[in-house]
Amino acid sequence: MSKLRDLLTQTKDVVYTAEFPVIDGGGMEQVKKNVDRLAPWFVAVNATDNTAAHAHASNVSVAIAMKQHGLEPIMQIVCRDKNRLAVQADMAGANLHGIENIALLTGDDVTAGDEPETRRVFDLDGPQAINVASILNAGTYLSGRKLNPAPNFFICSVENPFAPPHDYRIERALKKHRAGAQMIQLQIGYHPDRLEKFCAGVAATVPGLAIIPSVVLIKSAKPLSFMNDKVPGISVPQEVIDRVAQYNRFPPR
Amino acid sequence: MPKLLNLLLAVEHGMKKPVWDCTMCGQCVLHSTGMTCPMTCPKTLRNGPCGGVREDGHCEVKPEMRCVWVKAYDRKVSLPLPTVWKEHYNDLRPPVDMQLKGTSSWVNLITKRDQQTPAGWAKRKEQSGSH
Repeated sequence: MSKLRDLLTQTKDVVYTAEFPVIDGGGMEQVKKNVDRLAPWFVAVNATDNTAAHAHASNVSVAIAMKQHGLEPIMQIVCRDKNRLAVQADMAGANLHGIENIALLTGDDVTAGDEPETRRVFDLDGPQAINVASILNAGTYLSGRKLNPAPNFFICSVENPFAPPHDYRIERALKKHRAGAQMIQLQIGYHPDRLEKFCAGVAATVPGLAIIPSVVLIKSAKPLSFMNDKVPGISVPQEVIDRVAQYNRFPPR
Repeated sequence: MPKLLNLLLAVEHGMKKPVWDCTMCGQCVLHSTGMTCPMTCPKTLRNGPCGGVREDGHCEVKPEMRCVWVKAYDRKVSLPLPTVWKEHYNDLRPPVDMQLKGTSSWVNLITKRDQQTPAGWAKRKEQSGSH
């Protein structure tokens, strides 16, 4: 049972999700600690898939561990590292363990990570991966071979309304919806005008399609400058950086 | 017949390589992507731009290159392309069939080989109407 699906499709509640910290150390105890910290606040939490092109404990394993500790996962599958067989194997594995929320992403390039010499895969792209999840929901693999029991995935997608070409982002989100996505999580962004236009554009065609924008908590202006300079797809207006920098002089409590 | 096929292959490659840096994927979609080849995207994305497009419209992977999909969108909007081509812009294009790599997309178009998709994909397309 996906609580996330129930809340997003049956109610008008504002739903809060978060991203589970990557697991590189601390073992299952660390997973438990993270769950205890997040569970009181969030309906469901993203289990990432080699986020920012760095290897970590796998998406499926973390999603299973989260579930065991009572926190509903949104299991991400990224197209960068896996061909279509591996993507479907992740989906079938999630189904085996009763994981219903899955999010399909194209993914950062390998050059964003600490092993830029690796092979990039992108055998599928985000919209294709979403469609493949819909195919599995109908009870077969991409090839047509049966998968029984069929999954009951709540299919999530991600879009970046803040990156060019801005007008096209609405069409691309709608394409993902046609492929089967029932929810859109958004990239971090610092251009409210773009966010507003995107949400209005999506709602004009698919009223009620759930959109979850991202909020990042920062302690100073430094991460804003970093994101603006180093993370492709994120632009932070200088005015925003300056405004935050004004308050840097207050010592952190 | 094989001679004719080889000739077509050579002519197609000879034309498309200099203009579009064609990699002979064998399933050409240029007409529906604003005459911009999505296979020149470092991630070979066939369904639109990733989230990594830079503020100046350039590529996440190759900062010196304009994003293929930014170019495609501009051209789709501004070029006097046939309406039916523009209508196909937002189609959900299927995953690349790696078996067609190195073959002539012209031949695959005529034989409709380029329209073959895996059974699961074809069934979903049929059931959900055209994407």
